[in-house]
Amino acid sequence: MTDRQKFLYFIALHRTGLWVTALSLLLLVFPLVENNPYTLGLTNLIAIHAIVVLGLNLFIGYAGQISLGHAAFFGLGAYGSAIACVTFGLDSWLAMLLVAGLVALVALLVGIPALRLTGHYLAMATLGLNFVFHTILLQWDQMTGGPSGFYGIPSLSLGSFAFDDELRLHYLLWGLALLSLLLCLNLVRSGVGRGLSALAGDEIAAAALGVDTRRAKVKVFVLSAVLASVAGSLFAHTYGFISPDSFGIFVSTDLVIMVVIGGMGSIWGSLFGAALITLLPEWMDLFETYKDFVHGGILVLVLMFLPQGLITGLLDLLRVQLARLRQKNVTA
Amino acid sequence: MLRLEQLSKNFGGLPALSQVSFEVFPGQVTALIGPNGAGKSTLINCMTGVLQPSSGRVLFRGAAISSLAAHQIARCGIARTFQNLKLFPRLSVLDNVLTGLTCEAGSSMVMAMLRLPYLRHRERRLRLRALEALDRFGLGDKADWPAAVLAYGDKKRVELARATVGNPQLILLDEPVAGLNAAETAAVGEQLHLLRRAGHTLLLIEHDMDLVMKLADQVVVLDSGQKIASGTPAEVRRNPRVLEAYLGCMEATA
Repeated sequence: MTDRQKFLYFIALHRTGLWVTALSLLLLVFPLVENNPYTLGLTNLIAIHAIVVLGLNLFIGYAGQISLGHAAFFGLGAYGSAIACVTFGLDSWLAMLLVAGLVALVALLVGIPALRLTGHYLAMATLGLNFVFHTILLQWDQMTGGPSGFYGIPSLSLGSFAFDDELRLHYLLWGLALLSLLLCLNLVRSGVGRGLSALAGDEIAAAALGVDTRRAKVKVFVLSAVLASVAGSLFAHTYGFISPDSFGIFVSTDLVIMVVIGGMGSIWGSLFGAALITLLPEWMDLFETYKDFVHGGILVLVLMFLPQGLITGLLDLLRVQLARLRQKNVTA
Repeated sequence: MLRLEQLSKNFGGLPALSQVSFEVFPGQVTALIGPNGAGKSTLINCMTGVLQPSSGRVLFRGAAISSLAAHQIARCGIARTFQNLKLFPRLSVLDNVLTGLTCEAGSSMVMAMLRLPYLRHRERRLRLRALEALDRFGLGDKADWPAAVLAYGDKKRVELARATVGNPQLILLDEPVAGLNAAETAAVGEQLHLLRRAGHTLLLIEHDMDLVMKLADQVVVLDSGQKIASGTPAEVRRNPRVLEAYLGCMEATA
C-alpha cells in the first residue's frame, strides 16, 4: 500500500471515531467563540434533548417500535431526582443513578406486556402511560408540587465545583451527550445493532437469523428509558425548577418528531433532529403560538416525502444514486 | 438429521398439513415439491418456529424443536431463505450477510455499547467471513452497496450468502430460483451444487423440476397437506400419484 492508500484506509476504518473526535473538539472550543449565556443555554437544552432522542431513536429507528410516552420517563428522571435530592436529601449523583435504576425497572414492567403489542396499539399504550404519569404529577401535590411545579432543585456539583452557570453546564451536558452518542454508535455498529436493524426491517426474518425479537425490543425500550431518565435528572438540576407541563404528551410527540426529522435509524441524525426542533421556536416568533401546528406540519411533510426521516431519507437517496452511478460505470 | 413425525397443522379446523413424516439425511439434498397450496410453506414455517404445529414433532439431531421459538431454532443451526426475499433494503450488502452471523456476534447490549477489544476483533473476523461468503457468490465488489439497488438475481444470491455464511448444519431454501431467468437459475443451481459438495445439508422447496431432478438425492411430494410420495427423483417421476397431482386425473386427460 502507498502512504496515500494507508491514510485513506485509516480514515475509512476509524471514520466514526474521527467524527466523534471532531465534534468533541468543536464543542470544546464552542464557548470561546460564542459565550452569550442565552445561546449556551439553548445548546445545553439541545444536549439534554439529544440524550433522550438518541435512546428513542434506537427504539423507533432500530428496533422499529413506537413510543408516544417517553416524556414520562424523562419526567420520572426529573421528578425522581428532585424528590430524592430535596425531599429526601440524597446526593444528586447518587439520586440520578438510583432514579435511573428505578426507571429501568418501571420500563421493564411496562415493556414486557406493552411490547407484545405492535403499531397503533403500542402507540396507544405508551400514550396512556404518559397520561397516567402526567395526571399523577398534577394530583399528588404534596410530593410533586402539583400544577405549580417543583422549586429549589440544587445544581449538580463535583466537590465544591458547582455546575451552576451555562459555561460549566455546557461542558457537563455535552460531555454526557457525547458519551451517550458514543455508546449508541458502538451499539449500532455491533452484532446486536445489526440484529436490531434486522428487527426493524422484518421481524420474522430477524427471528430466523437468531434474534430474540421480544427480548431485544424490551432491552432497547429499557435502555431508551434509562437515557431519558438521566436526561430528565440533568434537566431538573440544570433549571432548578420543573413543572408537569414539561412532561406532557406534546413533549412526547415532540421527541418523536425529533427522531423523525433526524432520521429513523440514524444516530447522527438524532443530534440534528434534537437541535432543529429545539432551535426552531427561537428562529420564528410566530412559532410560540402555533408551535404544535408547525411541528405537526413538518412531521406530515417528512413522512409523506421521506418516510425514513429527513436526514436518513436524504442519505439513502444519495447512497442509492451513488450505487446506481457505479453500476452504470461497471456496465459501461 | 431432521425428522418430521406425524406433523399436522390446522388453521381453524381446516387441515393445512396432516400427518406428514419424512427425514432429511446429513450431506444430502432433500427436495420438497408439490402443487401450489400443497402446504409446503406451512411445513417450512412449522419447522422454523414461525408457526406451532397442531400435533406431531420435529426432531433436529434427536432433540424436539417443534416447541422452540424461531430464534432458538436458528441458534440450533438451521438457516433459511425466504420465498419472497427478506433482505434488509437499507443495510449494505455486507451488513445483510453479517446479519447471518447474528448467533456468533454476541448478544450482550452492554458489551456492545462498550465495544471492548475482544468484540472489535471478533467483529473484524466476522467481516472477513462475510466478505468471503460474498466472494463465493460473486458479489464481492458490491459489498458496500445498499441492498435495495441490487438486481433481483443478485438479491437472491445475497440471501443465499446470508443463509450459508454461519455454516449452518441445515439450510432450508424456499424457492431459491423463483422469478429468475434461465441463466440465473443455472447459476444458482451451480451454487447449490457447490454447497452440497462442501457437505451442507439442504432442504429445497422448489417448483423448478429440472433443478430438483438434477440436484436432489431424495424427493418428498406433498399434495393437499399430505405426503403422497417420496424417493429418488427417478422413482418419484414415475409415481402415478405424483403425475396425477401435477397433471390432473390421468383418465380425464387420456
